Amino acid sequence: MAKFNLKINQKNLSVDVDPSTPVLWVLRDHIGLTGTKFGCGMAQCGACTIHLDGNAVRSCVLPVSAIGKQAITTIEGLSANGTHPVQKAWIEHDVPQCGYCQAGQIMSASSLLKSNPKPTDEEIDAAMSGNICRCGTYLRIREAIKTAASK
Amino acid sequence: MKTVKTTYDRRSFLKASLLSGGGMLLSIGSLSGFKSDDIFNSDDPQKGWNELNGFVKITADNVIKIMSPNPEGGQGVKTSMPMIVAEELDVDFSKIIIEQADLNTKHFTRQFIGGSQAIHQGWQPLRMAGATARHMLREAAAKTWNVPFEEVSTGSGVLYHKKSGKSATYGEMATAAVQMPVPKEVKLKDIKDFRIIGKSQHNVDLKKIVSGQPLFGIDTRKEGMMIAMIIHPPAFGLKFKSIANGSAVSKMKGVADIFPVKIYNEGYERTFFDTATFNEVVAVVGKTTWEVIQAKKALKIEWEPFESYTQPRNMLGRKQMENVPGGLEDSTQHTAVLAERLSQPATVRRKDGDVEAAFKGAAKVIERVYNAPFLAHNCMEPMNFFAHVTNEKAELSGPLQKPEFTEQALSARLGMPLEKIDIQMTRLGGGFGRRSYAHWLIEAALISQKVKAPVKLIYTREDDMTSGIYRSTYTARYRAALDANNQLIGFHVKAGGAPESPLYPNRFPAGAVDNYLAEDFTVDSNITVGSYRAPRSNFMAAAEQSFLDEVAETAGKDPIAFRLELLKRAKEKPVGKNNDYEPERFANVLNLVREKADWDNLKTSKKLGFSAYFCHDSYAAHVLDLEMKDDSVLINKVWCAIDCGIVINPDAAKNMAEGGIVDAVGAAMYGKMTFTKGVPDADNFHNFRMIRHNEAPKQIEVHFVENDIDPSGMGEPAYPPVYGALANALYKATGKRFYNQPFNDYII
Ligand code: FES
Ligand code: FES
Repeated sequence: MAKFNLKINQKNLSVDVDPSTPVLWVLRDHIGLTGTKFGCGMAQCGACTIHLDGNAVRSCVLPVSAIGKQAITTIEGLSANGTHPVQKAWIEHDVPQCGYCQAGQIMSASSLLKSNPKPTDEEIDAAMSGNICRCGTYLRIREAIKTAASK
Repeated sequence: MKTVKTTYDRRSFLKASLLSGGGMLLSIGSLSGFKSDDIFNSDDPQKGWNELNGFVKITADNVIKIMSPNPEGGQGVKTSMPMIVAEELDVDFSKIIIEQADLNTKHFTRQFIGGSQAIHQGWQPLRMAGATARHMLREAAAKTWNVPFEEVSTGSGVLYHKKSGKSATYGEMATAAVQMPVPKEVKLKDIKDFRIIGKSQHNVDLKKIVSGQPLFGIDTRKEGMMIAMIIHPPAFGLKFKSIANGSAVSKMKGVADIFPVKIYNEGYERTFFDTATFNEVVAVVGKTTWEVIQAKKALKIEWEPFESYTQPRNMLGRKQMENVPGGLEDSTQHTAVLAERLSQPATVRRKDGDVEAAFKGAAKVIERVYNAPFLAHNCMEPMNFFAHVTNEKAELSGPLQKPEFTEQALSARLGMPLEKIDIQMTRLGGGFGRRSYAHWLIEAALISQKVKAPVKLIYTREDDMTSGIYRSTYTARYRAALDANNQLIGFHVKAGGAPESPLYPNRFPAGAVDNYLAEDFTVDSNITVGSYRAPRSNFMAAAEQSFLDEVAETAGKDPIAFRLELLKRAKEKPVGKNNDYEPERFANVLNLVREKADWDNLKTSKKLGFSAYFCHDSYAAHVLDLEMKDDSVLINKVWCAIDCGIVINPDAAKNMAEGGIVDAVGAAMYGKMTFTKGVPDADNFHNFRMIRHNEAPKQIEVHFVENDIDPSGMGEPAYPPVYGALANALYKATGKRFYNQPFNDYII
């Protein structure tokens, strides 16, 4: 066990966990932020996507010991009250079905738009293909990303 | 105005089963005793809710709540079912609270997901719930104001008496309304007066979903809660023997207990949904998920093969002994056995005319065989459940599709009466049939009972994907006989599967061909199966619709015109009995998609595939346009026409169709689960290929047939025909027919 001081959604928090513990489980079990989802545990589905200093990463394969001073943002901290342009676009297009994959999709999409405010279809495909949606909402996700990009 | 008689059991008004459908006036059976009934008049002073019935609650300060009875797994019922109640209640949909009801077999009927039936079967009861509550509010106003009932009108949650200018909110009349007798008859709105139904409403949980609120079972956190995981045998055909290093592993950090769990008792007569592939698993309980995962990895468990056995099963009233063969099965062996069985006698399920004579006299005979592998459901939220079981009661919560059935199984297993079991339903991170088989709920309950603490059981993706309850592997051989005029004079389907048959003997083209034969067979397997989105239709539509395309081609006919010819025949001079589709409604979707896709013009310039299917009381037809780009498939567009009767929530229905199309393209192209010596060859998303963003169709256009027919399902009907449309378009693009799934394995 070791103590880690983390900056999560603008707050400083400290946890005492095994250094190998993936950030996903630190968030879900230790901090109580369950918006970040478990889907595969091996960086294959994107359900656990968070931002590390603004960049999308898969938290299920990211040991807490690798974080250092980087700031973590989760879906709960993306905006106050779901008002990030990507969240708003998701609402406008009524994207979710079951909704389970959507936090990860939104975190990937918002990171994409930050580095590339006007992505082409191909760039959207490339950035989003790590996020699986069994319900098949991919078309609405693409439209929502375009809507968010236009704002 | 027609009168519809309904039958009631007095405690459960909304368990109404309609004796005849349609109509605008509902008469309500004997009502003596309703007034004292707790369901109708239970005024919960703590919350101030006046319960007008199981669905509608209103506080004196005008907070209006509508309960949503069925589990929500992405099919949108938590929005669409309350929309129906709200329509008849006459309230503003944006101003009400919607709450997920717990399992309550007294209040509600059919509180489950499956078969795309929630809206179809809920339609009349839901309307009645809203209309009855509105009626009682009007009664209360009439009495309070001392005016005739007929003169009290409503508008968006307000009661009016126009003559006197009096008005009151529903809230102001709610306390008086619960004292009113439940009406014997209620008038339902005319369809043309609908203001909520047919207008797109946002998913009621939308904001919570996009902001990451804890909605799912896996998000459950309770005081003192422990985390549990299971380890099941690594291969089908093996069972638990012993734990080799339990005491060493239990000393690992954060580990609380390790023990075997037996899911169903020996001799228990399992019902339809009581499938547990591995009846004995090892539970690992600890403080946090990561610690339990480490313990799981460190555990050494011995497994042993089992001998063939039989177990009693009650399949929805049909009692039978189920054969579970011993041995470690291979997929190659399944394929070989299914192929062999195709040439052996099978069980005749339907026979019209004389098929053999038709084939003997035929000018052309076409025969083709289609195959599909097992499929894992892969709901994005892995199986999980929360349980807290004490001597006094069992509290459970999580995602499941058939709570009513599961509650009975749990009651039998714990030896605890139903009244002491409370199952709360969370949102499901996908269901697709998999969460109908809730062995994991029983596991969670038994683990909680043993460790005497609240526990959340979580499956890893690997546990989830390798624990069986798959879509069966199937085969079907089709034969068609054409006469010299290219008329279809004989049709023969023989279908089978391990361990389940996919056949629907009364589906199209049954009824449209004079000489028709449908036969099937099953092959025992110890690999368990369960309902999978559009069960069996998901294979039959693929095979049949690919075959009909080839038959039309052989007959020198346009594939849509060819089917329309058959549907015309089925309408004008139907052959045989029990044809399970309505030819006219079926033809409508064919014509609609033909027009919308501009089929007649584009079919020569583009690589278009057509397919249509009827299932779950709805009709769907697709045209799919694709091209090949460096050996990979690029789907440009899918046009889809659907007849599901009245569309409750159009944009959500469209979302379901789009999702069904994307999901089906994925399964048809890439989906497969195979086995080597009983071990599943895929266990996570690196070796079970799912469709991804870049592989989805670029565009999907959904069109609904507009009519006033009672609504039917949307969760499944768009799914099955996709396979056929894709196979037929692939043929246009590659010149090759695709007989075996997944298609991607056969592209090059
Ligand atoms: S859970 Fe991390 S990528 Fe799937
Ligand atoms: S919305 Fe269900 S998995 Fe994406």
